[in-house]
Amino acid sequence: MALDRWIALILLGVCLAYGYAAWFTMDANLAPFMRRNPIWPSTFPKVLSILGIISTSIVLLGFEKSEAKEPDVDYRRLGEYHVGQALMLLALMVIYAICLRPLGFLFSTSAFLILGAYTLGERKWHVMLPIALIAALGVWYLVQQVLGIYMRPLPGFIGV
Amino acid sequence: MLEGLLIGLQTAFSIQNLLMVIAGCLIGTFIGMLPGLGPMSIIAIMIPVAISMGDPSAALILLAGVYYGAIFGGSTSSILLNAPGVAGTVASSFDGYPMAQQGKAGKALTIAAIASFAGGTIGAILLMIFAPVLSSVALIFHSAEYFALMVVGLSAIAAFAGTGQVAKAMIMTLLGLIMATVGEGALFNMPRFTMGIMDLQSGFGFITLAMAMFALPEALFLVLKPKNLQGDEGEIKDLRITRTEAKAIAPVIGRQSLQGFFIGVLPGAGATIASFLGYAVERNIATKDEQEQFGKGSIKGLAAPESANNAACTGSFVPLLTLGIPGSGTTAILLGALIALNVTPGPRLMIDEPQIFWAVIMSMFIGNLVLLILNLPLIPYIAKILAVPRNYLIPFILFFTLMGAYIGQNNATELLLLVGFGICATALKFADYPLAPLLIGFILGGMMEDNFSRAMQLYDGIGFIWERPMTLGLLVIAAILVVLPSYRARRAKHRAAGVADGD
Repeated sequence: MALDRWIALILLGVCLAYGYAAWFTMDANLAPFMRRNPIWPSTFPKVLSILGIISTSIVLLGFEKSEAKEPDVDYRRLGEYHVGQALMLLALMVIYAICLRPLGFLFSTSAFLILGAYTLGERKWHVMLPIALIAALGVWYLVQQVLGIYMRPLPGFIGV
Repeated sequence: MLEGLLIGLQTAFSIQNLLMVIAGCLIGTFIGMLPGLGPMSIIAIMIPVAISMGDPSAALILLAGVYYGAIFGGSTSSILLNAPGVAGTVASSFDGYPMAQQGKAGKALTIAAIASFAGGTIGAILLMIFAPVLSSVALIFHSAEYFALMVVGLSAIAAFAGTGQVAKAMIMTLLGLIMATVGEGALFNMPRFTMGIMDLQSGFGFITLAMAMFALPEALFLVLKPKNLQGDEGEIKDLRITRTEAKAIAPVIGRQSLQGFFIGVLPGAGATIASFLGYAVERNIATKDEQEQFGKGSIKGLAAPESANNAACTGSFVPLLTLGIPGSGTTAILLGALIALNVTPGPRLMIDEPQIFWAVIMSMFIGNLVLLILNLPLIPYIAKILAVPRNYLIPFILFFTLMGAYIGQNNATELLLLVGFGICATALKFADYPLAPLLIGFILGGMMEDNFSRAMQLYDGIGFIWERPMTLGLLVIAAILVVLPSYRARRAKHRAAGVADGD
């Protein structure tokens, strides 16, 4: 089974769960006066779930034939690509998200930029370090001072 | 209309807004040139900046400038490197790149600049004429018609998705609508589908979703499969075009600007279809000798897609500004930005806030002029940016997507959502699911449900569908739009199999 049909299967599951919630569980805690309303919070989701189940089934059962074309990036040849680098970068993004508050913006950002470039194969430390530091400081200045959105610059145990 | 023009001129010519246009065009051109980064990613990255400015006219002017700039920059990399940065400029590389190989890169860039300028300007004039007319029609619409109109828009997007893609586009649209129902809606004071997670109470963040759908997968694709960026290192010179060449491309530009504009107005079509169709039409109506030239460096073949895609970009603003319904991923992002700035685009926009409407149109003229002035003399230098090493570029793109999501919500959970959605979006992209319908559905979802609920309450039930002929008509059109492509595909298959065509 091709990837697009696997995904359709997953999405069918999503639609079924969504539809179950809309049809069977949502109306239970509806206030009595709202039951007189022609529209309930679950009305629109109910319609969506049915349409969703129909259209995912169309793809899943292969009713609509599409001509095979050569995609730009083919998942069947994933092994030839730099999957490791992509996964590393995603992991770095997650680590960044977790560290942003406790470790402060400046440290997390420069570390992210340096490690990101390192992952992609950059080894020129004398270029990487200044670029990352300047970018981190510059963005922090823009966001905090110009746009006025608060971001903790330093690790929590040092500053505010 | 004259009054509106004056208001627009006044707003657009303020120092701040002039700077916005210039900044937007420059940023758009620079980033649009980088292969793999489309206008949607660039605009998604720029949104937090635009929103925090607080002034809706300035924000829309900036983002619109980025949009044209991106299309413009995309054509530069199409011509010089045969690596289009934007899908809308793929057709420009058919004839632009051969011209560059023949040493006529300068001439190709000039033609692209002039054709884009003409396309954009003619598009803006048409927008000025058609938007007020459409707005006044739209004023008689009720919530029932609005709901039906949104259904038409969404089905058109699915219907134009291409052969074999209609059901996939439908799924993505519905997924967007489903995601829009998560959180606490305005109509019902109760959280829905939050699964008890506090962070989902306010629903998914629109910027997070935009970044995850466009910027992140594009960046990951650049990592997975580095594109080969080997251009000709030759000098770009001889920017002039001769009088005979100008005469040859003038009618092409005129025709394709008109055609491109009207294609751009249609929901779901947009710059990419406009440019391909423009190229095909011009090749078909050219003389035999000229047809031979197409694909080998024909100036007509370059002028056609360039004017068409710019006119289409402008055309896509018509449904956005008059009906408040975006027809493409890019205008959907613009709509999201406007809503975040407390402006609801739609027929009331021209009456309630004419300065926004007219300033945007005026800034389109200014933007086109800026791009023309900017591109002609500066192109040889701008093209150098293509040499930015990707080792630095990609971490920065990822960082900006993270920043955008963080600034919008000031919440670190949003960043985890961004990565999660980004991975899902990449998987969907692998499986050839179109991502723009999801975002359009997500943005329209809230409005669609509001209008649906209002119509239901007014008519005490589903009766509004047959009691209002216009609503019924629109819904019938929507149904036809969805069914037609598969019907035609089936008929074509029957023909191919030699089965008689009949019921």
